[in-house]
Amino acid sequence: MSDQQSRAATHWQRTRNLTFVTLGIWFFFAFFIHWFGAALNSVSFLGFPLGFYMAAQGSPIAFVLLLYFSTRRQEKIDDECGVAE
Amino acid sequence: MNGSFIDNLPRVYGLYTGGFIVFIGFMAVLEQMGVSADTLGILFVAFTIAIYAGIGWLSRTMQVDAYYVAGREVPALYNGMATAADWMSGASFVAMAGGVYFGGYGYLAFIVGWTGGYVLVNSLLAPYLRKFGCYTVPDFIGTRYGGNLARLFAVIVLVVASFTYVTAQINATGTIAARALQIPFELGVWFGLLGILLCSMLGGMRAVTWTQVAQYIVLIIAYLVPVFWMSNVQGFGLIPQFSYGGAIERIGELEALQGVGTLTPTESFAGLRALTTAHATAPDSAMASWKFVTLVLVLMAGTASLPHILMRYFTTPSVREARRSVVWSLFFIFLLYFTAPALATFTKLQIMDPNLATGIIGKSIAEVQALDWIQKWSNVGFLAISDSNGDGLLQINEFFMRGDIVVLATPEIAGLPYVISGLVAAGGMAAAMSTADGLLLAIANALSHDLYYKIIDPNADTRTRLIVARILLIVIGAGGALVASLKLSSILGAVAWAFSFACSGLFFPLVLGVWWKRANRQGAVAGMGLGFLAGSIYLYQVRFAGMEPWLGIDHLRFGIIGMAVSLVAMVVVSLLTEEPDAETQAMVDEIRVPGGATVLGQEH
Repeated sequence: MSDQQSRAATHWQRTRNLTFVTLGIWFFFAFFIHWFGAALNSVSFLGFPLGFYMAAQGSPIAFVLLLYFSTRRQEKIDDECGVAE
Repeated sequence: MNGSFIDNLPRVYGLYTGGFIVFIGFMAVLEQMGVSADTLGILFVAFTIAIYAGIGWLSRTMQVDAYYVAGREVPALYNGMATAADWMSGASFVAMAGGVYFGGYGYLAFIVGWTGGYVLVNSLLAPYLRKFGCYTVPDFIGTRYGGNLARLFAVIVLVVASFTYVTAQINATGTIAARALQIPFELGVWFGLLGILLCSMLGGMRAVTWTQVAQYIVLIIAYLVPVFWMSNVQGFGLIPQFSYGGAIERIGELEALQGVGTLTPTESFAGLRALTTAHATAPDSAMASWKFVTLVLVLMAGTASLPHILMRYFTTPSVREARRSVVWSLFFIFLLYFTAPALATFTKLQIMDPNLATGIIGKSIAEVQALDWIQKWSNVGFLAISDSNGDGLLQINEFFMRGDIVVLATPEIAGLPYVISGLVAAGGMAAAMSTADGLLLAIANALSHDLYYKIIDPNADTRTRLIVARILLIVIGAGGALVASLKLSSILGAVAWAFSFACSGLFFPLVLGVWWKRANRQGAVAGMGLGFLAGSIYLYQVRFAGMEPWLGIDHLRFGIIGMAVSLVAMVVVSLLTEEPDAETQAMVDEIRVPGGATVLGQEH
């Protein structure tokens, strides 16, 4: 295996791991917490019922932050593996 | 100006935004001088459309890569704005807050789904498709899997999903144009189409990109200004998005007092609804949770499969810029989507709370009917009041309205100046036009590039290709306008169908094309064909043939069925047939690495 191929292989492995972690967090905020929306609503958060808050603001905020940090991480992986543009 | 257009973007759009704000100020002065609300509306809509058409004219081009992918030179920030405008349709702008108003907690699934889908776009698709270097989404399918059949199936799914969506957008432009310009709806539809074509026809993707950035600026100002203004005038707080918890609690008390959910309407008005669903209460059952998360899933997977969104990420200069522009897109979309529930909550409180000057529930029918905004909107059939029980007082189940009112009439309910109503009309127009532009271009490009150039006549020269693309744009636009003018409201209402169509046919063939090297042509053809077919048949059965939905999977969620069939068919057929050749596998390796040349050449 040439040097370039092994770098690409390492890069893909790290990219894949990052994607799994990202999708894990995504799954939590997309589906898991909303499954318990009714139970969460009995908790008050900043004056909001928590279940309502998570669907109206919490999850969207989590998605924005998740994308920001996972994109930064991906750029670091690209640079470290020497495959960036 | 020195330097290229791209270098000057901050200055160009800075001036544009400043100019728009000056224009709003000028309109406010005109209002003080006694110019009528109708004239203000006409000026707002006509002025903004003229600007978009001007940008479209300046961006005209006869180069293939400028026409299909804006020359791949759109920086991440601007592509983010353009995608946000492309994404947020007339439905998002006008109907989202109304949906929360009537649907309460359950409707928030749309907000979760339509934001979270971008995590899938960024993690699974956009950077890889950018590296691939395709012009259209079927271009990726056709090259990755090989063969005209795969390409053709992708074109068919794209056309069905996008056309379902675009008729609703042309319908929205027609509605707004009709109201703002005081012309009949049928004429408004064609006027709206004219505006849409002016933006896209001469410059293709390049023109659409730069008009969409301009449209985003108008639509976000038009959405946020009234909400902030109202919130500060009515004392709900400086930044309303973070301070409406108290309003939700108050609505909860009023719902119990006024009988929301217990009083059902005894009359009905076409297209209008009375409030019967509690605002923040989440139904406590496994079925309710299941319906929430399945809707979220369909909307997210649909987001990641809709070609007019994916093709926006083909326009960035690099893979890295494509990733960054997905983050910007989500941020710009988020600004509107996290405001919508706040708007719905405030409007509801203003209507319900007897302690507020604007409250109408519990007042005498005669008093309510004398209000300006009630008269204006009942005249156009958006609102109705009927004393069903004959006691002379307005109950919650005697007040009927269209969800669209929440955005369109809020400035009037809160007593803001007419200039704000004109601004909101311009914003709604911008939202509907920008989405219609993106969709029409996605359809016309797929037909001209994938069907005409790649399948029918591979020897066509550049000039012919671009002329064919433009003719198709006009023909499809006219088709959309014709369907919209027939007012088949039962079909137009279902923007959500576009998401289910797209994810039934395209989600797994796209994702597995990047993430599973073993996926082959036969598998992709089976995945697209059977997934799309299963979804469509299920939709027909549930919506039109009276079938009882399985497990609560109704016509809004038929993509669940389509995707499941698509995944199984694609995996099984791929494994039963030969693995892709070494060349294809090397191509998949190539798109997984950001650096190096794109798989398809600059012009292909």
